[in-house]
Amino acid sequence: MMRASLPGSAMRSALYLILLVFSIFYLVPLYVMLVNSFKELDEIRSGAMLALPDNFTLAPWESAWSTAQIGVSPTGLKPYFINSIAMVIPAVLISTLIGAINGYVLSKWQFRGHRWVFGLLLFSCFIPFQIVLIPMAKTLGILGIAGSTPGLVLVHVVYGIGFSTLFFRNYYEAFPTELIRAAQLDGAGFFMIFARILLPSSGPIIVVCIIWQFTNIWNDFLFGASFTDFDSQPITVALNNLVSSSTGVKEYNVHFAGAILAALPTLIVYIVSGRYFVRGLMAGSVKG
Amino acid sequence: MSQKWWQQQLPKLVLSPSFALVLFFVYGFILYTGYLSFTDSRMFPSNELVGFANYEKLFALRHWKIAITNLGIFGGLYIGICLVLGLMLAIFLDQKIRGEGVLRPIYLYPMALSFIVTGTAWKWFLDPGIGVEQIVQSWGYTDFEFRWIKDRTMAIYCIVIAGVWQTSGFVMAMFLAGLRGIDGEIMKAARVDGASSVQLYRRIIIPMLRPIFLSAFVVLAHMAIKSYDLVIALTNGGPGRATELPATFMYSYTFTRNQMGVGATSAMVMLMTIAAIIVPYLYSELKGSKKS
Amino acid sequence: MKIRALALALGVAASGAVSAAGEVEVLHWWTSGGEAAALNVLKDDLSSKGVSWADMPVAGGGGESAMTVLRARVTSNNAPTAAQMLGYDILDWGKQGAAADLNAVAAKEGWDAVVPAALQNFAKHDGKWISAPVNVHSTNWVWANKAIFDELGLSAPINFDELVATLEAIKKAGYTPLAHGGQAWQEATIFDSVVLATGGVGFYRKALVDLDADALGSDTMKTVFDRMAILRSYVDDNFSGRDWNLASAMVIEKKAGMQIMGDWAKGEFLNAGQKPGDDFMCFRFPGTSGAVTFNSDQFMMFKVGSDRRDAQNQLASSIMAPSFQSAFNVVKGSVPARTDVSDADFDACGKKGMRDLASANANNTLLGSLAHGHAAPASVKNAMYDVITAHFNGEYSSADAVSELVAAVDAAK
Repeated sequence: MMRASLPGSAMRSALYLILLVFSIFYLVPLYVMLVNSFKELDEIRSGAMLALPDNFTLAPWESAWSTAQIGVSPTGLKPYFINSIAMVIPAVLISTLIGAINGYVLSKWQFRGHRWVFGLLLFSCFIPFQIVLIPMAKTLGILGIAGSTPGLVLVHVVYGIGFSTLFFRNYYEAFPTELIRAAQLDGAGFFMIFARILLPSSGPIIVVCIIWQFTNIWNDFLFGASFTDFDSQPITVALNNLVSSSTGVKEYNVHFAGAILAALPTLIVYIVSGRYFVRGLMAGSVKG
Repeated sequence: MSQKWWQQQLPKLVLSPSFALVLFFVYGFILYTGYLSFTDSRMFPSNELVGFANYEKLFALRHWKIAITNLGIFGGLYIGICLVLGLMLAIFLDQKIRGEGVLRPIYLYPMALSFIVTGTAWKWFLDPGIGVEQIVQSWGYTDFEFRWIKDRTMAIYCIVIAGVWQTSGFVMAMFLAGLRGIDGEIMKAARVDGASSVQLYRRIIIPMLRPIFLSAFVVLAHMAIKSYDLVIALTNGGPGRATELPATFMYSYTFTRNQMGVGATSAMVMLMTIAAIIVPYLYSELKGSKKS
Repeated sequence: MKIRALALALGVAASGAVSAAGEVEVLHWWTSGGEAAALNVLKDDLSSKGVSWADMPVAGGGGESAMTVLRARVTSNNAPTAAQMLGYDILDWGKQGAAADLNAVAAKEGWDAVVPAALQNFAKHDGKWISAPVNVHSTNWVWANKAIFDELGLSAPINFDELVATLEAIKKAGYTPLAHGGQAWQEATIFDSVVLATGGVGFYRKALVDLDADALGSDTMKTVFDRMAILRSYVDDNFSGRDWNLASAMVIEKKAGMQIMGDWAKGEFLNAGQKPGDDFMCFRFPGTSGAVTFNSDQFMMFKVGSDRRDAQNQLASSIMAPSFQSAFNVVKGSVPARTDVSDADFDACGKKGMRDLASANANNTLLGSLAHGHAAPASVKNAMYDVITAHFNGEYSSADAVSELVAAVDAAK
């Protein structure tokens, strides 16, 4: 017995060691950003990348949030953060709702050719966004919503349909069809069944869809830069303006602080709901 | 009767707006791009048809060959490593690990960040002057070299590393979810240590994860093809043009080089390649779901 | 149907963002501290005249992202009032018929008389002023660390052989001879100077502006690539992907002897508290004195509704005001786009730059920079970039580079 458990415990140590090594690999970039965002610029220039700050300072964070120069005005990232929030919330909610309804239809109300429809929706995930820029600009101009938050929301909703439909369709596929038939016999209609039976048990997949959409939309740069005006630019565009300014002194500490600020919402979403995320994936894609 | 007819049509009606949106904004735009690829469009779309001239031009471009080769290297390694690493970490993490709740978000969080956010940190990290090379050397291993990012034959592998960093944790979460979905008795048997568990994983458990391999493949393939920020943040296509990918090629020809016709052509070639890979997958996947 | 309804609903929400009368929306990529400070001069000037400034910055890639955004904006009928722009881009937009006509302002303020002719070529389309030039950058400069030069008893080289000897001496002393960032445009910036130094003004025009296949494929061009390879051998191994300002920092910190870069590099030296003549030296790339390769930042004006036209004209007029030209360029490191501005506020390098510009203008040796989009259109420029950067990174021999250059230019024309 003792002999048998020895390699076992050695293996467990090795297991922990491997897991630890990988967590270091995953953490290093964030660590570099975090540590250097609390340093003064001189210290960054002279010091080592991984060293802890000698003179701990919060000034870069204050600067990135509210006083850093973004373009000609020293506004910091704050106003752009608000622009992004105003854009991302409707976009995520609408695309999740659409995905849920689509998934419901494609799994529980199948009609002739439903596989074709699903296939076409799914393949739309693979369209390279660079090619839609010009025709999309034209369309937004015709619709009269160019350079506005609603226009950008529409763009994100459209290109989010593929994935959100995929998530819900796979999830609902595993949902027992008998329950729906029973409800139908009781006289419940299309929307009633959706609202009363499917939606209440969709928690995990809603989380997955929201996380996915939120991350993609929040992090988008190309659409955000192309389809907004001066007063609706999202935070990724502002961060890019802060970080990749063409000339002058690079304030790396402010850049790092700004980058973390810009990433904070997605980070929080991932960390807070990560547990549900795995659960949602488990319920969804596995059995699909 | 009309009530019933209504109930039958309602689902299609509900689905049709999003289907119409996708038809127009995706397939309509693809057709439009296809049209542009046969025109001499430069800064703006033009209606002057030139036949297959852009296609001939594209395949004669050394730049495009580099981009395609790189996509092969990058896509293959990125998808392969993410799948293997993701599966390995998921299996390891599924061994009743203490602190799983801490490790999981650590593995997962890179997916939350765009490369606009982490680009500078990665650049530093890979730079021989201040990054890994310098750090390891400062530990006393003065012969240590890690300068791939500066080497035109190796730089593409730096892109792979950063790509794997971003996505492998996500793939891990997918596999972990899959493992958690497998019947407890089988898992219990697998957790018994020794060679037998390796066998059990190989023969029984991993084959059961087949649907996850497929889902993960779709996610990874889509990320690989769209990898744009990654390259721009790390190398901006350099050294020289050594890390150009089709996505960066397409962007630069359409927007910075004012050769929209060639850009559209590259987009069409890429889409057709994607279709050649993805459509069979979708087909088998959807057919498979019919059976179950 | 659904789209229309959606559009209507969303359109109502969007219509709140109508721009106020007397507002200019300006698309630009000047986001660093110094540049933004310079733009603020303009902004304040306009606001004193009752015109408000709506800022639309899109940084990155020397304006590449901004140009993409601009295309999306114009395509969607949502053009900004003005956009920062370079060289051939302005002419391309002029051809699209998207540009405003500034002739009334230009005539009233006499722009024709004070802006160098070579610059006017990029600010006018079809005889109409469509764009207001802010500055003239010149790219055939070398920035050197004075301490290293003094220590080794070196002086500014005046031809290519002397340059090589100087680099060799710096190398022997243990410094990096040439600070350089491995990005295509930086290599092309050096290429500009080497072509000019090797072939002279006539060859530069023939090869890089007229794109003459014989000149591009000539032995002179092979010598140019040979010289590029020589310069490459004096760059440290770590150069790839380095930003230009980090290369400047190497010179500032006495790690490297010199950098070949446009005059915007001066701002880095000044920001680091260095003084021209005392701490750093500026001299023309050896063999190019008397000629100036330039690029000019301009604000191109787009067609706008009549309600915004007054504000637009005011913007154009404020940009061309000598006081703004002086204040902006002192900060930016460049020189004014008009030749009648006093050089009183400029430092030694700035004064030299203004003198060089005036004489180059008079002697017809003012040349558009290839690297910065003032010699050939974007497609050709980038095709040349491909070859130059591939050769610099050792993928081609000089002979191959010459034939590749001819082929690439031909394919992109």
